[in-house]
Amino acid sequence: MEIVVASSVGVLTAGGVYLILRLRAFPVILGLALLSYAVNVFLFATGRLAINAPPVLSKYGDATYTDPLPQALVLTAIVISFGMTAVLVMIALGAYLEADHDRIDMTGPNAPDTDKKETGA
Amino acid sequence: MNDGSNLLPLIASLPFIGALVPGLMIRAGRNACATFTAVPTVLALVCLGLLAPAVLRGETLQAEIAWLPQLGLSVSFFLDGLGLLFAGMILGVGLLITLYARFYLSGDDPMGQFYTYLLLFQGAMLGIVISDNILLLLIFWELTSLSSFLLIGYWKHLPEGRQGARMALAVTGAGGLAMIGGMLILGNIVGSYNLTDILSQGDAIRASEWYMPALILILIGAFTKSAQFPFHFWLPHAMAAPTPVSAYLHSATMVKAGVFLMARMWPVLAGTDAWFYIVSITGMITMVLGALIALFKDDLKALLAFSTVSHLGLLTMLLGFGTKTAAIAAVFHIINHLTFKAALFMTAGIVDHETHTRDIKRLGGLRHLMPITALIGTVAALSMAGIPLFNGFLSKEMMLEEAAHTEWFRNPWIVPALATLGALLSVAYSLRFIFHVFAGPVRDDYPHKPHDPPFGMWASPALLVVLVVLIGLLPHLAEPVVTMAANAVTGQDLHPHLKIWHGVTPALFMSIAAVAGGAILLAMHRPLDRLWLTTPRPEAKTIFDALYGALAGLSRAATDGLHNGAISRYLAIFVSATVVLGYFAFTSGTMTPPTRELLPIPLVAAVGWLLLIVATALVVINHRNRFRALILIGIIGLMVSSGFVYLSAPDLALTQISVETVTIMLLLLALYFMPKSTPNESGASLRLRDGIIAVAAGAAVAALAMAFMMRDLSSISGFHLANSYTGGGGTNVVNVILVDFRGYDTYGEIIVLGIAGLTIFALMEALLRGPAGSRLKARPVPPDRSRDRHPLMMVVATRAMLPIAVMVGIYIFLRGHNQPGGGFVAGLVISIALLMQYMASGFAWTQSRQRIEYHSMIGWGVVIAGLTGAGAWLAGKPFLTSAYGYIHWPPIEEFEWATAMSFDLGVFLTVLGAVMLMLYSLSRIARYAGETVNIEPMDYDPSLRVADSKQEEE
Repeated sequence: MEIVVASSVGVLTAGGVYLILRLRAFPVILGLALLSYAVNVFLFATGRLAINAPPVLSKYGDATYTDPLPQALVLTAIVISFGMTAVLVMIALGAYLEADHDRIDMTGPNAPDTDKKETGA
Repeated sequence: MNDGSNLLPLIASLPFIGALVPGLMIRAGRNACATFTAVPTVLALVCLGLLAPAVLRGETLQAEIAWLPQLGLSVSFFLDGLGLLFAGMILGVGLLITLYARFYLSGDDPMGQFYTYLLLFQGAMLGIVISDNILLLLIFWELTSLSSFLLIGYWKHLPEGRQGARMALAVTGAGGLAMIGGMLILGNIVGSYNLTDILSQGDAIRASEWYMPALILILIGAFTKSAQFPFHFWLPHAMAAPTPVSAYLHSATMVKAGVFLMARMWPVLAGTDAWFYIVSITGMITMVLGALIALFKDDLKALLAFSTVSHLGLLTMLLGFGTKTAAIAAVFHIINHLTFKAALFMTAGIVDHETHTRDIKRLGGLRHLMPITALIGTVAALSMAGIPLFNGFLSKEMMLEEAAHTEWFRNPWIVPALATLGALLSVAYSLRFIFHVFAGPVRDDYPHKPHDPPFGMWASPALLVVLVVLIGLLPHLAEPVVTMAANAVTGQDLHPHLKIWHGVTPALFMSIAAVAGGAILLAMHRPLDRLWLTTPRPEAKTIFDALYGALAGLSRAATDGLHNGAISRYLAIFVSATVVLGYFAFTSGTMTPPTRELLPIPLVAAVGWLLLIVATALVVINHRNRFRALILIGIIGLMVSSGFVYLSAPDLALTQISVETVTIMLLLLALYFMPKSTPNESGASLRLRDGIIAVAAGAAVAALAMAFMMRDLSSISGFHLANSYTGGGGTNVVNVILVDFRGYDTYGEIIVLGIAGLTIFALMEALLRGPAGSRLKARPVPPDRSRDRHPLMMVVATRAMLPIAVMVGIYIFLRGHNQPGGGFVAGLVISIALLMQYMASGFAWTQSRQRIEYHSMIGWGVVIAGLTGAGAWLAGKPFLTSAYGYIHWPPIEEFEWATAMSFDLGVFLTVLGAVMLMLYSLSRIARYAGETVNIEPMDYDPSLRVADSKQEEE
């Protein structure tokens, strides 16, 4: 099972990194979403894996529980990463509507100077 | 011991607290503003006065507030004679400047700002002179550089002001950096960062092999601050500041900080040949050079600026001599220089204020037009020249006396000769100040007809001039203060006797030569001036500017080379660097053998894994088709949630799946406005490079995850499991951690989420008002748009589902403390239910039925959570301690109630408000883009549609 989790984290990271290296805003957002999954699962896995041991205390005698702390951390991380994605989406959307393209690099034809010239012309 | 030393932190903080006030008080008028600036200064002076008797008796007061004792950082203050003298000067002159500036600044100048800067600066200076911890001293030292930058550049509209401020900051800031190095070396030698400890370890420091580097670094700091050659050039350029600033910075405070530091470190650093030659030669060069330039400056303030440079050189030289009598002379001259120089600067300011010029060549004859100012200026300038019966004479005699006994390189003539030359030039420029400004015939071409200013403006310099005369006539009045400070500098018990007549000594002859020579030099000023102007000489500002430009060009080249605007490039560098560093850490560290066994992989997990891998691969392959990529992302989220369920994390699974839903909705909404596909812009080589980086990063993370999952770890989780029920009153440990053990974190997190929601709202508002708004309005309606935007089936289904979804949300919320669920999930579930209404029935229809503002929902959420936490204070417990109890409420079964639940309610409201505000913002864009507003929930009544089609058939 550990191999399943580790390889999933690896594949999600690889996909996320590849996408954040693209030149347009939308794939970068997708890449960050993939990276968020990877990071959340990674953090969750620091509590080590356990099956049928949710950290909900049992009324009927002793039971084994998995580590609750990483779960609490990841729970807030999931919500916060949603907030971050939402802000990013809004910024990307705003940049696209203002500039009429969603390239993220400011080199070559997108350099700030050339932009000025374009609007001036 | 209660000797009032606990007043020291108060004294140090008063100006900083006071600095908050004037900026606000300016609305109440200029007088109120000035008064409120004076209040903290007066209070600090009163406190200082309470401590003064003890210090005069020779005691050293100390106060310490431990902050980071492990790092040697503590907020500790001490007050000895030297500190008391400087603190008194800083506060006293500060008070006079406050009064003077009230009349000097015109109505157009933002006076509140000025007083705030002034108090900031005053606080920083005060901090330097009473800090015990040298790290604290360094912080105040840097603060003086920063606050003086604000003061010098106060007239932002003047380019000279900005340049002068920048130059002062660059020079003194760089010196400050050098001094940090020197101080840290001292701290390392002694093993303590407390000044009192360092001062008692003089022998150990002088014997250390690190003595030379420490000495040079500290001297660079002191020399830059005190404008010693070759760093003297910033001071005259700082004259672009308003005159009250110049009078304050260059008489009593800023430039004296360097002198103070040399005096403070005197017991530790002085007494070696290195100290003697470096400090006294630098001081001597500065003294003579400054005096020479001052003689040929036509700008009144420039003349005073270079005379200040010269006098600072004199002080440095005296400290450099390293003898006790020289130290006494230095301390005495610090006081005298303060009195006459502050008065002179203020006089120059009055002249400038009244005649609208500071050019000496355009002045003259002012004694008839402004007699009071002329009297003040003349007395102060005579004192600066060192004429008997004024205080400047006394300390100058002591200096000459010291110089007469000092040899450089075994030659008894150099020092006395150069000192006499310096004194002679000093006489010449002082007399020039008197004769070329106040004496001579009245002219008729002043830019503005001058007359004496109001009392408030000349009161401050007049008071200082009274001191000049008083000390000059009755020098023994100053004896206790000088004794106290000189004892503190030298660390010995001295009994100096200050008197006017020392008998026929070499100093007397040197003095006579200086006065006579100075008078002759002034008589010959006109031809000499012509000669001076034709002689080429290196201009410090040009050299500085060239150096500055070269450095700026170098750093710009480096920045532009690395930072070329391509985000993908930075990210590639960042990821590769992280992977490489991680690789080194991985291979160089030691790893224990694995302690855990692998869990079995059931078939269903294998299928889920396969789905996740394939979906991720497909997202990457299909990422140019944006819509398809979004759908595939949904599969990944679903698989991650299932994984959480299987691996004993029901709370995470619930959160993940609801966040997933909301995220996809958000992205879909955004995608509506963005291009539907990504063009293929990166070439094959770029894609290969990115692929290699991505695979390396993925492999690294997978290996790391695998490595720690195979090993056990002891953590604090046992505590949480053991105390969850007994301490937090809940059986769902994850929820108890969120609302109780780590409640503070959660509180911070909901605030962040609320801020994110408000940020999005603000972004949207700004966006719609800008060019994007008009672009949106002009946007063509897509041709493939559905004609049935609010389908009947969906409208009906979502309405039926709303109450059910709300009930599920409430249920999840209520069970959260004991079973998987809680405020986060409940907030998300309810927002999904509401979102469905927006999607099915349309924006306007839903919005008009929505009674509560989302903004206030966020606000209430944070307030409720905060109040719940604060409620613990009422029970005498720390913030966010929860309480719980059991309520029996027939006929319902006994149930538990915990304060954590109302905290969770805050979480719930904030999450709901933030999520809804985000999506509401996006939908507003849609409405702006010409989306029609629907009043009816459905676009058309289905029955009418039938009628329509019938009509069409006909």
